[in-house]
Amino acid sequence: MALAEQFDSSNVDIPPGKGVATSTEVKMVAEGVDVYYGDKQAIDNVSMEILDKSVTAFIGPSGCGKSTFLRCLNRMNDTIDIAKVTGRIYLDGEDINSSEVDPVQVRARVGMVFQKPNPFPKSIYENVAYGPRIHGLASTREELDDIVKGSLARAGLLDEVESRMHEPGTGLSGGQQQRLCIARCIACNPEVILMDEPTSALDPIASARIEELIDELRENYCIIIVTHNMQQAARISQKTAFFHLGVLVEYENTVDIFNNPRDERTKDYISGRFG
Amino acid sequence: MTGALIVTLAVLSVIGYYMGRSKSVASVSGEVHQLHSRPGYYGFYVAIWTALPAFLLFVVWQILEPQILRAFVMGNVGPAVSELPPERVDLFYRDVVAIATEGVPSQVTPDHEAAADHYTSLKSLGTWSFVAFVMSLSVFLFAFAYRKVSPTLRARNWVERVIMGLLIVCSVIAILTTVGIILSLLFESLRFFNRIPIQDFLFGLQWSPQTALRAEQVGASGAFGAVPLFAGTFLITIIAMTVALPVGLMSAVYFSEYAGPGVRGFVKPMLEILAGVPTVVYGFFALLTVAPFIRDTADALGVATPAQSALAAGSVMGIMLIPFISSLSDDVINSVPQSLRDGSFAMGATKSETIRKVVLPAALPGIVGAVLLAVSRAIGETMIVVMAAGRSGNLTFNPLDSVTTITVQIVALLTGDQEFDSAKTLSAFALGLTLFFVTLVLNVIALNIVQKYRERYD
Ligand SMILES: Nc1ncnc2c1ncn2[C@@H]1O[C@H](COP(=O)(O)OP(=O)(O)OP(=O)(O)O)[C@@H](O)[C@H]1O
Ligand SMILES: [Mg+2]
Repeated sequence: MALAEQFDSSNVDIPPGKGVATSTEVKMVAEGVDVYYGDKQAIDNVSMEILDKSVTAFIGPSGCGKSTFLRCLNRMNDTIDIAKVTGRIYLDGEDINSSEVDPVQVRARVGMVFQKPNPFPKSIYENVAYGPRIHGLASTREELDDIVKGSLARAGLLDEVESRMHEPGTGLSGGQQQRLCIARCIACNPEVILMDEPTSALDPIASARIEELIDELRENYCIIIVTHNMQQAARISQKTAFFHLGVLVEYENTVDIFNNPRDERTKDYISGRFG
Repeated sequence: MTGALIVTLAVLSVIGYYMGRSKSVASVSGEVHQLHSRPGYYGFYVAIWTALPAFLLFVVWQILEPQILRAFVMGNVGPAVSELPPERVDLFYRDVVAIATEGVPSQVTPDHEAAADHYTSLKSLGTWSFVAFVMSLSVFLFAFAYRKVSPTLRARNWVERVIMGLLIVCSVIAILTTVGIILSLLFESLRFFNRIPIQDFLFGLQWSPQTALRAEQVGASGAFGAVPLFAGTFLITIIAMTVALPVGLMSAVYFSEYAGPGVRGFVKPMLEILAGVPTVVYGFFALLTVAPFIRDTADALGVATPAQSALAAGSVMGIMLIPFISSLSDDVINSVPQSLRDGSFAMGATKSETIRKVVLPAALPGIVGAVLLAVSRAIGETMIVVMAAGRSGNLTFNPLDSVTTITVQIVALLTGDQEFDSAKTLSAFALGLTLFFVTLVLNVIALNIVQKYRERYD
């Protein structure tokens, strides 16, 4: 691909056969979700179904509420005092906003990777072992070792860190740190992985590795990724949701969003006319 | 006279400022960008030349004047006075000054009066000639600087150099006084160690510095084994930290992690006020409230205890340190990035797991630093222990006994009538040196840790 093309977002290439949902299992359902920050409404009546074993991309201009909606899916908005979420969100048919559900349990099933890598100031091993320890996933040291190594391997980081598992995780490069955070998330054995711009702090090579990784993880997880990079959405996602001013404007197979968007706003956004 | 001189100098330099400034503006007919520096700097240039050398001279004069005066006055007295022994000469001169300044002399003789007259006339002559000299110097430098003002003069560089010089002088003063204090501690301690061997001081088990009144008494030189003092200091510090550390740390966790903005906004300033309560207030609280309470409780339990106890002093000191630890730890905990908490929550950790396993470990170095600073405060604290811990140098680890600390003994050694040269007085310097050394080491370690911790997250 020529350099000029790469930066021209109206020319998003989708390889044949890609960008189409193959799975039919529905993992999460949102129904009439509204989010308010104080008096300000950030998400307006969003309803959507998210498929298992596929990658769903959220795109849209800055401030349109992508992160806000993403945080609804694992109840991370609870940690923001002024945020108020209404509407229903189902995970495998169970309403995660109902009062019987403990948000802590929801977050164990719906993991999250943040925009900026945030490894704990502990060793690489301890970073990954953190979740399994909390949730009691391993009863012996060997089991824990297996989980840690397995998670690092699936995050494609094991080879690079095997010899220094007990050095601080904060000493890794940015891309390695982000893969460490992904490994840390996988180690909790989640069903859904939310990623909020996971590559925006990384260079193209580190990003490419993470994209590969996401594509592999798709086999086993339901993955939702927020991205500002159209090419990235096109390359790795099967479904794409376009948000604008807190409203879900269009939600289709990725190939349709990029090749024949129905809404004017979507068209304008992916052809780079605003945002 | 001197007040008038300073006011005149100040007025002159203000005038210098405006004249220098307007001359620089006029010299480029208002096109100030053609000046090397902004006009204000030309003003300061003239003002500094006008006032600073004169002022420095003034300071020097203030220091030298009495000595010069004395030399002249005493050079002029008859042999009857000048051949007296030195202390008598000193006394004579003091009386002369007292007569001249209308104080209360101890003795008045014609010699005295003659010298006092001489003193008065010399003094007014000296003052007048000094003022005249300073004023003419100041006017001269004013004119000199004013003439030099021109568009190419590098006034800003010059002014900034002078300011830097002043800053350096101030920091040198700060450093020199500290060094001076340390050196005097050191030398006096060395004098002490000449009489009492250092190992006896550091490892001796008995502390009774009362030197006997009659030289032939037993133990005439007193006993200067400081171990009981170290032990007492240590015991009280331990008690204080036992109180302060858990309470301070947990309240910090509450304020930074659980409390809403309302509570925080109210309690934080409260804590800061608490940290500002003078320690003497804590001291009488310890003496009048806590110590009797402890004694009565112990009595009720059938344990005979003295009125003053390590427990009373230590626990009140702990209370004093709570706001200190709490507010330092609160700052440290707050500076742990929110992203770490989010990362932990997002993995399904509860709030308390997040605090215990992520926030506190991340904040640990800073907390250790805070604790070490608190320990060094506890060791150096005086007022509370003076009032509540007692003065007997018991070598004990029973918190209900009365113990004594290094600081208490320093106070005890130096209050009341003392010969300056006795081992008893000198031992205070040795204790001070020990105290200084210990707190210095603690502070250096603590500041290092806190520093490292800052670098990690900033
Ligand atoms: N903690 C908060 N408190 C108040 N308002 C917030 C908060 N977080 C987000 N908002 C507001 O909600 C709206 C949506 O923000 P959100 O972070 O979800 O946007 P976004 O689509 O993720 O943007 P970006 O692409 O820049 O990350 C914005 O108008 C933002 O100002
Ligand atoms: Mg965002």
